Amino acid sequence: MDRRDFLKQTITIIAGAAIPASALEFVNPRTLFAAKGSDVKWVFLADTQKCVGCGFCVKACKLENEVPYDADVSRTWVERYVICKDGKMRVEGKMSNPGFGINADSPKAGRDGFTTPRIDIGEGKHVEIRDEDISKAFFVPKLCNQCDNPPCVQVCPVGATYKTGDGVVLVDRSWCIGCGYCIMGCPYGVRFFHPVYKVAEKCTFCYHRITKGMKTACVQSCPFGARQIGNLKDPNDPVTKTVMTGRVGILKSEYGTKPQVYYLALDREVR
Amino acid sequence: MIEVHGEVWTIKEFFTYPNEYIYWSIQIVMYPFMTGLVAGAFVLSSLYHVFGVKQLKNIARFSLVFSFALLPVAMMPLMLHLQQPMRGIHVMMTPHFTSAIAAFGIVFSTYGMIVASELWFVYRPHFVAMALELKGQNNRGIIDGFRYLLFSALTLGAYDVSEEALEKDEKAVGFLAGIGIPVACFLHGYAGFIFGSVKANALWMTPLMPVIFICSAVVSGIALCIITYIVVMEIRKILSRMKGKASGLPSFEELQSAEIEEVKLTSRYLVMFLIAAITLELLDLIFRGYTAVKSWDILREVIYQKDFYKIFVMQYGMGNLLPFILFKLPGLTVRRAALGACLMLFGVFMMRWNVVIGGQAFSSSFAGFMEYVLPIIPHNMETVKEGLVGALAVIITPYVLFYFINKVMPVFKYKGSH
Repeated sequence: MDRRDFLKQTITIIAGAAIPASALEFVNPRTLFAAKGSDVKWVFLADTQKCVGCGFCVKACKLENEVPYDADVSRTWVERYVICKDGKMRVEGKMSNPGFGINADSPKAGRDGFTTPRIDIGEGKHVEIRDEDISKAFFVPKLCNQCDNPPCVQVCPVGATYKTGDGVVLVDRSWCIGCGYCIMGCPYGVRFFHPVYKVAEKCTFCYHRITKGMKTACVQSCPFGARQIGNLKDPNDPVTKTVMTGRVGILKSEYGTKPQVYYLALDREVR
Repeated sequence: MIEVHGEVWTIKEFFTYPNEYIYWSIQIVMYPFMTGLVAGAFVLSSLYHVFGVKQLKNIARFSLVFSFALLPVAMMPLMLHLQQPMRGIHVMMTPHFTSAIAAFGIVFSTYGMIVASELWFVYRPHFVAMALELKGQNNRGIIDGFRYLLFSALTLGAYDVSEEALEKDEKAVGFLAGIGIPVACFLHGYAGFIFGSVKANALWMTPLMPVIFICSAVVSGIALCIITYIVVMEIRKILSRMKGKASGLPSFEELQSAEIEEVKLTSRYLVMFLIAAITLELLDLIFRGYTAVKSWDILREVIYQKDFYKIFVMQYGMGNLLPFILFKLPGLTVRRAALGACLMLFGVFMMRWNVVIGGQAFSSSFAGFMEYVLPIIPHNMETVKEGLVGALAVIITPYVLFYFINKVMPVFKYKGSH
């Protein structure tokens, strides 16, 4: 074979291969699916007025999603805020500038409920606040915000975490290398390393349940209806109606992550 | 009870989210520190090859070889850090290019190839000479037989050492060193970008981060080269005294004067890059204080209270100001330069520490703190990898590698044209 023949044959082979290859691209299932569009978009609604901090949601989540019950990590958690009349943080010892502070806690992710008025300030220490100093106190349920512009997906170096067509961010446990960049990238602190699988772990809106017509474990276990999940593309969905017509807030809008967990009665002090 | 990753070395204070721990620990401090040394050592060698700073000839060859010994070690902390180290190769197989880490494998291997080819051109005449010398020997034995195979393989079949061929080699070295500088800066600026682009971290997020990282990288690289150079020269001085003139080594006085000249000149570049690094770091600090956005309340608490000693005493005081004075006082001696360079190296290490660990010293809630306690005596694999033991392993490895590389590419005995 001389050089001319070699080049000729190479071009023929490439041209011949290009046709089936482009056909493959043409019928790429993902492209087709995207063109059709999903008729589901999962969103979450949390009503802080209804949350009493019982911790049933955290219990249910840990059991449903096999996050070790006693491990100090959780896919979802409940925070307690106690705002004082003078707006100051209560601590012992000296702080040059207590202006940053706030009285809030989430011991054991709020799993066992908040049964004592003492605020957990870490390392087994507590601070007690007198009733007459308190101006307001409330609970805030937290979970993954399933952001429309998720920084965790952006920073994953191997594409092991991704956003599904119906709006949920998932992690591929067989591909995650465990670098922790997604944990660093999340402004909400929802991610952690699974103590057993040693890969990044996060709330999935109970994807295995909601895609089968069930509610998430936390929604189902909430006795007060503080947590609701809905489909934003269904105009008759009660969650959609509230999100569309009610006054809803989101967490940390300044990061541009476009979170999809909406809050009713969100206080300005919520972190 | 099942232990969560990071729990053992994290102390939490006030309001932190339940899942927050120090996830990026000592190995992520080591990673930019080691890549910084690689990049810095290479930039120093390029000063001679590209900009023709003739006086740097000796240290240039040394720093090039040393930078090669440091290369694999820049990878080591990352592997020790990963929760799934066996999957590390996925970064090369399925790179997800919106991530700042995804291109690491590509940038790193490009840089590695540049350094390797530059070294090949520098040492080609040596490989040829060795291969020919060993070829001439009868009854080579196992060791020399292996050396013969190694050196003839290293020549890659290019035995031409005529004047013309060597001139071409020299051109190639200049060219490779030239493209090596931007790539080295990119490699390290890139490490800075990995941190600077994390919008969720108030301390890290600044466009200055890559530039600060490059400047401090060059500082640390040059400082390490000065220290190692001085140590090696001292050993040679002792050898030359012991063996006397018959050994063929340069005389004690020759070595002495060469050493101080080299050190003086190199330290000038060191101080230059130090000033650039400090200027940028202070600019960043002033800007944060002046603009005082939402995160400033907690950052101020971390910078001026919690980490004051680590930042202002250990990093800026002992690591920057003190060595600056040591280098700038008239009549620089080798001993003083060695001390100054050691302190600078410490300063850059503290800077990495204060960025990586300091960036995790406060909660994303801006209402609580986290403190990292370095595991000294390990009790499981995790505390070996991400503790003092792992960090020391990373520090020692380049010297072990350098010892072996020096056997093949002798840094000092070699009288090549470059």
